[in-house]
Amino acid sequence: MKRHFDASTLSACTLILGLLAFAGCKHAGGPATGLKATAAGTAIVESSGGHQVGVTGTALKDPVVVQVNDDQGTAVPGALVEFHGPANVSFDPTAALTDSSGQATTLVTLGAVAGRYQLSAVTPGKSKAVTLGIVETALDYQQRLGSTLADQYCNRCHDPESSAQRVSNFDNLEVKPHAFADGATLNKMSDADLTSIILHGGPALNRSALMPPYGNTLSASDVRALIAYTRAVADPPYEPAGTVYARK
Amino acid sequence: MQPIRKYLSSAWHALFGDPVRAFGIVSLVLLLALAIAPAKDHFAQWHSYQRHYLALIHDRGDAVSLRRRFQPGIHQIWLPELGVVDRCTTCHLGLNEASLADVKQQPFRKHPVVPHSLDGFGCVICHGGQGAATSAAEAHHSERAGEEPILPAKYIESGCGQCHQNALPGTPQLNQGRTLLTRYGCVHCHAIMRPDGTKVAATDHPPSLVHIADKTTREWIYSWLKDPQAYAASTTMPNYKLSDGDASDISAYLVSTSTAHEGDTAAANAKTAANADASAGPSLYGESFCASCHAVQNAAGNLVGGDIGPELTRIGNKAKPEWLAAWLANPRIYDATTPMPHYRFTPQQITTLTTYLQTKTDTDYGSGVHLDPANAKQIGHGRKLIVELGCASCHEINGVQKPENFAPDLSTIGSKPLAQIVFLPGMEHSLPGYVGAKIRQPRAFGPSVKMPQFALTASQTDALTTALLALTNRSHSMPDSLRVAVVPETNYQPAGHAGKLITELACLSCHRINGRGGDMAPDLTWEGSSVQRPWLTEFLRNPNTLRPSLIRRMPRFNLSDSDNKELTDYILTVYQSPSIYADSAPDAKASPEMVEHGRQLFYSKYACQSCHIADTKTDKGYIGPTLTQVGSRLTSAWIYAWMKNPQALRPGTPEPNQNLSDDDARALTAFLMSLKSTNAKGAKL
Repeated sequence: MKRHFDASTLSACTLILGLLAFAGCKHAGGPATGLKATAAGTAIVESSGGHQVGVTGTALKDPVVVQVNDDQGTAVPGALVEFHGPANVSFDPTAALTDSSGQATTLVTLGAVAGRYQLSAVTPGKSKAVTLGIVETALDYQQRLGSTLADQYCNRCHDPESSAQRVSNFDNLEVKPHAFADGATLNKMSDADLTSIILHGGPALNRSALMPPYGNTLSASDVRALIAYTRAVADPPYEPAGTVYARK
Repeated sequence: MQPIRKYLSSAWHALFGDPVRAFGIVSLVLLLALAIAPAKDHFAQWHSYQRHYLALIHDRGDAVSLRRRFQPGIHQIWLPELGVVDRCTTCHLGLNEASLADVKQQPFRKHPVVPHSLDGFGCVICHGGQGAATSAAEAHHSERAGEEPILPAKYIESGCGQCHQNALPGTPQLNQGRTLLTRYGCVHCHAIMRPDGTKVAATDHPPSLVHIADKTTREWIYSWLKDPQAYAASTTMPNYKLSDGDASDISAYLVSTSTAHEGDTAAANAKTAANADASAGPSLYGESFCASCHAVQNAAGNLVGGDIGPELTRIGNKAKPEWLAAWLANPRIYDATTPMPHYRFTPQQITTLTTYLQTKTDTDYGSGVHLDPANAKQIGHGRKLIVELGCASCHEINGVQKPENFAPDLSTIGSKPLAQIVFLPGMEHSLPGYVGAKIRQPRAFGPSVKMPQFALTASQTDALTTALLALTNRSHSMPDSLRVAVVPETNYQPAGHAGKLITELACLSCHRINGRGGDMAPDLTWEGSSVQRPWLTEFLRNPNTLRPSLIRRMPRFNLSDSDNKELTDYILTVYQSPSIYADSAPDAKASPEMVEHGRQLFYSKYACQSCHIADTKTDKGYIGPTLTQVGSRLTSAWIYAWMKNPQALRPGTPEPNQNLSDDDARALTAFLMSLKSTNAKGAKL
């Protein structure tokens, strides 16, 4: 009787273990890509495509490129990289082998909800999997309108980067304006402060007169859109104080 | 049989034998039957969502006010004019609750800020889906009887386009899609009627092929037809995936029917400056600002330059030198409606530029092409193909009529019932999926499909799909009061000899005047009120740079003095604002004190130097035009009016309206008018 009991327990245990192993394999295998890694690295780094600002539900402008390196920091070709993110984010492709320069590339389409998206790129590694976190931002209607307005009116001074279409005026200014993503400064300012500095110019908050007033140029909804945009791209992220209620 | 009957009869007797008991049992059955409806209601999906919502708000600080605004039961937004019956808000209970901004759980999220109220427009107008349904699956994913599933978020701007026929700042994807529809010539073959009855017109300029043999060779036409993008990556000409024989036959027909045009060779026969300096080519190309309209691929493979004219990376492979010389001498002889200006180059310059452009040759391109002379049968086959493929929808071709309604009308493509669509195996069963696939790979839908392969990026395809999905039945059936009409381009045509000059110089390719023209350069509708005569004369003679940071600039047209005077007179007389004229400026005589006051206002109170340069030694502002000589360029009336309200004169200008007092505006005008240019002798003009 005892022997019989042991055997059945053993078989049950084996079955459960087998199922677990199967499930584990399925999980570790990730998307059925049929990719066969020929090498493995020990580190994964971001080459480009992180910290992009896109629009909800659409593909990011630039692909996300990550690089797999070994202990010496040299690129590893032929290593498997899988891309993960929240359920509503899609990758094209979801997994890739690194090319001859050790890089894997994917196109990211963000979900329909605005906000920051935490994505990750995972490579199996030699002993354990190595993960790289990637952050992308999706803008909603109002925030994107803000970004359009910022391009038209603000970024010529507030953005230090020049492009072929727009030469930055940042270097020409004696008092340097804050970039819209400068969360360290802008997060401390309330919506009301930002509104008055946009409407009435720098002197309204005892700041530089180089910032002109836009109260007669932009509408109230334009100003709200601009503020929503700065909040969306703030780095470090903006956390609203929230409504304070009396305890129940 | 017998026992069953016996059993039934005893059961009947047991239940209904006694009238009182029978009454009780019937009542019980009735009660149960009546309970079905409330039970079904209780277990409905929306009911469980409403219970979840109440649980969600229960512990929140503002639970009392949230609960007060919550109403149990089915909610409905009914808008008969739009044909909207939306019950989405039955489950999506937090859409209007600003305090639920932190809730991530669906269906209770707050709706992002949009310009319209939910109650006024409902949900399905933008999102699609079945508004009247009361279960999530039916509302979101139903495909029954041609019902349309909910629209993927990336096409959401198509909802805006149903009412807004004009370009909105908040819908760049829709705007891009509409531009592509006209720029890629979709509307040459597909008719698209706007709800107001106007037809969407193409904005591209497909060349006439009537004199094609003057311009290029049959071999080039063959290579071009085989793969247009191999010649010019940026071209909008699609790939018809022609076989070698078909491409050869079409090229044979085009060349054999091409008629010689005397102007094309006249210039070449007349006089050629033999001693052209080839090294002067690049600088002449640069100072003529050819790159404002024409792109060239650089060594890194990137296109540099504008997209108004064709790409010139391999122009030497295409254009015959004598044709190129004639074209540069006067493009309007070959094509009367070209957007290219008549530059009035000297024969020497024409030779220089022709020689330089001929060096833009890719020796590998089309090197393996050897076409045998075609016989009449092949030429006839070429014509048949041209008719079948609808080449004449875009291009003027000798001996082939422009076909009418060559491809299906797309005026209401956004409401095409799913039942009428033949989906390919494995294809997503939705209209956006179908439209996107059709644009991406038209020939995948069968060998008989004539639609060619366009070279579009993924985001361009999405934009086009968005613009097409906006063409719904609802956009035609809604009341006119809800519609925002597109502002049509006027058919403004300047008159007289100056008007002829403006046409020859193709001013309207870049400048907008009276509601017609391009957007690359400033609107000139009120230019006559704005500038002073000596400056305008000099500028037309030798355009200098107002904005140092601009890459695309006004070219030099080598106008004769009499043409220059003609044009200056016309601009100063005709292009006048109704309210800004010489006497409209306040007191023109400015005292030195006033000028000094204006200078102080410029530098301290309004900090204009952050964007403008008034003194090259101290100021570095790069955004607005340089003002060092503004007093010799602009009229005081214009400066004063501009100070008071810049957006009224140029909508969208980044110069803020500072709401200046009359005194401040007058002082600033006085200061700016004191900034005169100096002539060669150093005397103020």
